[in-house]
Amino acid sequence: MIVAKQKTIQELIEMVQPFQKVLVAGCKGCVTVCNVGGAKEVAILASALRIAAKREGRELMVGEHTLERQCDPEYVAELEGFVDDYEAVISIACGVGPQFISEQYPSIRVFPGVNTQFMGGAEAHGVWSERCAGCGTCVVHYFGGLCPIARCSKSLLNGPCGGSDSGKCEISKEVDCIWDIIVRRMMDQNRLSELIEFKPPKSWTTARDGGPRKMIREELVE
Amino acid sequence: MSKFTPRIIAFYCSNCASSAATVSEGMKKALPDNVKMVHVPCSGRVEILHLLKPFEEGADGVYVAGCQTDSCQYVSGISKATRRVAHVKGMLEAMGIEPERIEVFNLGAGKGGAFVDIALEMTEKLRALGPVMPA
Repeated sequence: MIVAKQKTIQELIEMVQPFQKVLVAGCKGCVTVCNVGGAKEVAILASALRIAAKREGRELMVGEHTLERQCDPEYVAELEGFVDDYEAVISIACGVGPQFISEQYPSIRVFPGVNTQFMGGAEAHGVWSERCAGCGTCVVHYFGGLCPIARCSKSLLNGPCGGSDSGKCEISKEVDCIWDIIVRRMMDQNRLSELIEFKPPKSWTTARDGGPRKMIREELVE
Repeated sequence: MSKFTPRIIAFYCSNCASSAATVSEGMKKALPDNVKMVHVPCSGRVEILHLLKPFEEGADGVYVAGCQTDSCQYVSGISKATRRVAHVKGMLEAMGIEPERIEVFNLGAGKGGAFVDIALEMTEKLRALGPVMPA
């Protein structure tokens, strides 16, 4: 899933300070799963904005709506008919959401309510960690099913480096050295010799370095 | 001069805090009228939105009364409530509202006196802070 983190309440209050009618728009996709942008969080943020406005003696009407997904135009179209009642929208979807809303409703002011962090998964309840860097050419099968691009601080393909210490990365004792885990996994799979094979420098043209990306599947295009 | 009476919403669990409430009735100790009690099956059921809504609707303070941390009927209910109250304290502070307006209390099942005392304590504290919203 795409993992995001809510912006601070102060930041959000300041963002919509000039407006009297604000819609908080959630998304039932990834941000619902990582507890930051679903219907529950829409209600919490809307309530916080109302309390802050009342406290300041300001008039503020806050609407709440959670879309099926904010990354599909047909679901963003759910806002048709009532989005114009608002002066601003706070989207608490990932960074895709506010842009899709902005593209579909160009006259409305759209604000991001969250900071999108990474593509990852839940290690435990309330704990998420990065697993994929979206490099465009997946290589996890060479490394025991683990990704050194996303999970090694240096994205080394021929690791580990000298900064691996007792299974931890030199950048922080909180960060596992993925190369330590890869080596142990390859030993368990009796494939350690495969790591001796040199991996040539990766082409980053399929990653973000190649510019904004687009994918077209002809069999699906209408 | 009229004396400000804070409006308080108190969530109390159906285990320790509820038993304490029953004991307090037996002791003929009455809760003050300004405290509205909301009975929940477990303090862990009280979510962040439940803690914020009373402020939105005009309450001056909120508290959760649950079990002792080592005797929660559902093991972690009161710990969850404690973390949520701490989170809401941060939110209130960010809104320029005193974080002391929300608290969590651990009650033993037989503590009928304490059940009423915390209501009185919150009332006095909030009375000193004044109304949360401008007149």
